[in-house]
Amino acid sequence: MEKVVLHSDANCFYASVEMLYHPEYVGKPLAVGGDPEARHGIVLTANYIAKRSGVKTGMALWQAKQVCPDLIFVPPRMDLYLKFSSMLREIYSEYTNQIEPYGCDEAWLDVTDSSLLKGNGRKIAEEINRRVKKELGITVSIGISWNKIFAKLGSDYKKPDGITEFNRTNYRELIWKLPVSDLLYVGRSTNRTLQKYGIRTIGELARTDPNFLERQLGKMGLVIFSFANGWDDSPVTAESYHAPIKSIGNSTTTPRDLECDQDVQIILMALTESVAARLRKHGFKCNEVSISIRDNDLYHFSRQKKIQEPTDITDEIMKAAYQLFKENYHWSRPIRSLGIRADDLVMGTVPVQLDLFMNEQRREKQEKLDRAVDEIRRRFGYHSVQRAFMYQDKVLSSLDAQKSHTVHPVGYFNGR
Amino acid sequence: MESYKVYVEVTVKFSTDGVMMPVEFIWEDGTKYIIDKVKSKERCASRKAGGTGIMYTVLVDGKECHLYYEFDKWFMERKSA
Repeated sequence: MEKVVLHSDANCFYASVEMLYHPEYVGKPLAVGGDPEARHGIVLTANYIAKRSGVKTGMALWQAKQVCPDLIFVPPRMDLYLKFSSMLREIYSEYTNQIEPYGCDEAWLDVTDSSLLKGNGRKIAEEINRRVKKELGITVSIGISWNKIFAKLGSDYKKPDGITEFNRTNYRELIWKLPVSDLLYVGRSTNRTLQKYGIRTIGELARTDPNFLERQLGKMGLVIFSFANGWDDSPVTAESYHAPIKSIGNSTTTPRDLECDQDVQIILMALTESVAARLRKHGFKCNEVSISIRDNDLYHFSRQKKIQEPTDITDEIMKAAYQLFKENYHWSRPIRSLGIRADDLVMGTVPVQLDLFMNEQRREKQEKLDRAVDEIRRRFGYHSVQRAFMYQDKVLSSLDAQKSHTVHPVGYFNGR
Repeated sequence: MESYKVYVEVTVKFSTDGVMMPVEFIWEDGTKYIIDKVKSKERCASRKAGGTGIMYTVLVDGKECHLYYEFDKWFMERKSA
């Protein structure tokens, strides 16, 4: 029997929840955005009325106000949205136990085995759609297909509050007309490459010679080629929020734009200290470090590198992160936000091949030093002990990265 | 304009197997109302008051009304604001 996969996407999730709690704003443009005072002022989500006037996710608050002067801002209430997220899951779980959340507002559901009890994909989708509206007061768009990729395209197809089914008979006619950038994993730069060769729609991608795509885009060329043809058989992996940790990261929008290497060093150090301390706390070491940079034009990119030996030492992670930064950023613009992540985690007790050219004695000392600092901070607070060079700019170094809130995006492949 | 959402004080009874049922509530003007019967409970959003919760449909003096249990508080809808 062919798989039946649903992809359910809560429309303008944060904004919809806020609209429910603010009936007085019915019919008005609304955006959920950070605190303008602390300069974390970007639009997280806007409702449809605001979107129609040109408000986009990621815009600075002042920019949004410019395109939509009547825009109402409400500060985000993450705890409330997470409650809604788990209420959504509760509804989904009445139809299947195979639920794979993708962020807090999207999820895939494999309902193949539920058909006898609950009806076919469309019937289940309609029921979920109706129940979410009645019980939670928000709307979801649902895509139905035989694979996850097309199901996700389906939930994007009709918004808000739509249900779209892509089956073997209609997918060529409907999906293949969509722009190739709608496909998962066709990001900005892949899209640019494809456009260069005249590949504009998903259909054109599906009919391109896969060898050519592999030459241009490497392994991912074959992946998106398969996606375009509906050859995606990745399972909906039932996974709870307690999944084994795959990475630990921290990022921040800085109190002021960063303008020189020293600024970056201070922020990177604050973030690294947080990430490394969390690695140690959970008993992990990382094999890979990645950094992400957003400049004040909101242009965003990330770079990663392997490190020699698995580590949880603050200085080693910092060194790798700073090296990545120096190799990849040339100060074309000031920096607005920085992030660092420890990837490819292993248990801290993993046996290590000692290296003749690394000073293991020194590493052991550093490990002890880190532990001592962790203990002091645990007892007397984060700011009780600081590196001297952090004092060069007290505004920047006032950041206690570990305490500030972080939300991590999840990858589609789940480390497969 | 006043809000349509009125938080109320509610007395509840827990059965031995942990089922919670409202027994009486106090409206914002201080009047106490005894709940004669709970007709149904289901999750439901209130667009009028703004919020979602477990909606208890109850009978008070022969009249039907809705009590919403919103995470840790109870609210009701005002007829007109």
